[in-house]
Amino acid sequence: MSKRIDVEHLNVHYGDFLAVQDVSMNIEPRSVTAFIGPSGCGKSTFLRTLNRMHEVIPGAYAEGRVLLDGDDLYGKGVDPVTVRSMVGMVFQRPNPFPTMSIRDNVLAGVKLNNKRISGSEADELVESSLRGANLWNEVKDRLGRPGSGLSGGQQQRLCIARAIAVKPDVILMDEPCSALDPISTLAIEDLINEIKTDYTVVIVTHNMQQASRVSDKTAFFNIEGTGKPGRLIEYAPTSDIFNTPQKKETEDYVSGRFG
Amino acid sequence: MSTSTTNPGLSPVRQSKLTRGQRPKWLIPVVGLVAVVAGAALAALIGFSVALWALFAAVIFLIAGPVAVGLIEGSRAGADSLMTFLVYAAFLLAVIPLISVIWTVLANGVPGLTSNMLLTSMNGITGFQDNKADAPGDVMGGAYHAIVGTVSITFWATLMSVPVGLLTAIYLVEYSQGGWLGKAITFFVDVMTGIPSIVAGLFAAALFGMIFGPSTRTGFVAAVALTVLMIPTVVKNTEEMLRIVPNELREASYALGVRKWRTIIKVVIPTAISGIASGVTLAIARVIGETAPLLVTAGFATAINWNTFSGWMTTLPTFIFYQIMNPTSPTNPDASLQRAWAAALILIIIVMLLNLVARLVAKAFAPKTAGR
Ligand SMILES: Nc1ncnc2c1ncn2[C@@H]1O[C@H](COP(=O)(O)OP(=O)(O)O)[C@@H](O)[C@H]1O
Ligand SMILES: [Mg+2]
Repeated sequence: MSKRIDVEHLNVHYGDFLAVQDVSMNIEPRSVTAFIGPSGCGKSTFLRTLNRMHEVIPGAYAEGRVLLDGDDLYGKGVDPVTVRSMVGMVFQRPNPFPTMSIRDNVLAGVKLNNKRISGSEADELVESSLRGANLWNEVKDRLGRPGSGLSGGQQQRLCIARAIAVKPDVILMDEPCSALDPISTLAIEDLINEIKTDYTVVIVTHNMQQASRVSDKTAFFNIEGTGKPGRLIEYAPTSDIFNTPQKKETEDYVSGRFG
Repeated sequence: MSTSTTNPGLSPVRQSKLTRGQRPKWLIPVVGLVAVVAGAALAALIGFSVALWALFAAVIFLIAGPVAVGLIEGSRAGADSLMTFLVYAAFLLAVIPLISVIWTVLANGVPGLTSNMLLTSMNGITGFQDNKADAPGDVMGGAYHAIVGTVSITFWATLMSVPVGLLTAIYLVEYSQGGWLGKAITFFVDVMTGIPSIVAGLFAAALFGMIFGPSTRTGFVAAVALTVLMIPTVVKNTEEMLRIVPNELREASYALGVRKWRTIIKVVIPTAISGIASGVTLAIARVIGETAPLLVTAGFATAINWNTFSGWMTTLPTFIFYQIMNPTSPTNPDASLQRAWAAALILIIIVMLLNLVARLVAKAFAPKTAGR
């Protein structure tokens, strides 16, 4: 269920603009990896190349290799849709489907693809996914109600349940807590700690305490200035990044002297 | 401290400094009353008429009201109330024609709304019957054939224009990505929006004339003409509705491993469907009253014809047109006039029902946003 990711010399473009330059890193299965760095350094851009969501934007493309357990996501003849069903994503702002109930939101990955699923199987999938997202007890009595009626934190956990229900190998999260209050943030962080036993988790965060709380390894990205590409500066176990960074830039950033 | 109360828990109440210099509640009604009375007096000086009275009363109110408010509350409040009153006045001016049209059609149309009107055609009705009819209830003949024609022609026009319009809009919003084809389509749709309806009618007549021989006139030719008029409206409206669907929803769907066309069908369109449906209904309401293109495409019939593909047809607007222009009995046009008004009323009722349906449809499809 959980796969490793190896990125080799990845360049990411928006049309003519080179947004991320020459990133290589290895992400272990069953681990949480945090991406930190100042705004605009390409964290989201890089994250979105890991499930080929990047190319949804007109003109955007990536060069290099991203290996998922050895298979190149950007290889010839690879269908991005298959990639996305293996690498799920949770976005910055909770985005449950407004036309669907809580239950249908969880089942969205199955139903939108017209996969056949029996009623009891669907019930099981809904319950296990919602339990997996620590949301079951809060919504079990109102599965038929619209997902947009939940609080922001609940909506974000619903989105996580929706991503889990597709049974991906990797879950990408782009600042999943930046729109949430501290209590909901804590709930999501607990959740990340739980799901890393089953999934490879990659999370972008602006919050360094959060990175140190939830992640095993941390990658620090930076840019030299506007218009310049973002680069991976340092990638190491989280405690090393925060306690004994090897690069001056990293030290400046994590100690708050920058950004 | 003069008006302190004994209410426990509340601090004593006095005249608040924050509400000083406010106009008394009765000010505006009194100014209104004065304006009405003074307006009547002024109008009487010139030669009384209701229109003149209303005009003078409105002008006096629009001047005196803001001045009074301005004297009490200061010039900012005065200007504010002047703008407020102007907005209300503009609103009233805008609804006067609407109310007057509805009133006229109701007053003239209701007497003619007999069972004959609704359930019989003009087949076999000549000046002879019309000359015999003295009372409104005696008038023979009706608009059943025209209702049939309106319904079937509009049905075919909708059936053709909605799929074309929807698919065009989907291409523009979801697939064209600002390419030259998308730009060209947008340009031509904009041009189509401006086509005068008679030109659309001539186009359809010429097209079918070329294929099936000159002066081919059927309900279907008319439906094609109406389609030309409907498509741009449907495209524009659907395009707008699709564009306001947040991109986040599309991305959420892609991230679940859902294909683009499924995302469009199952996420984008359901999210926008209420707006799309009400737009389509309004487009129908727009073309259902077209007259000019029908005159040159559908011909003219007095008998019921359910077949859109052969034979001439009459719709409610052309029925009204012919009843007024060529009364069945030239010596006693009252009967024809009565039928024309009743047909106008039926047309307005149909359009209003369509608007109602649009609202219901929009409500039924609207994204569910119940409270927690
Ligand atoms: N859709 C886009 N089109 C063009 N450039 C973009 C787009 N999204 C982001 N960028 C650019 O790519 C760079 C990296 O952005 P992003 O990945 O969002 O940064 P981060 O997530 O680290 O704040 C920025 O310079 C930004 O302006
Ligand atoms: Mg970002």
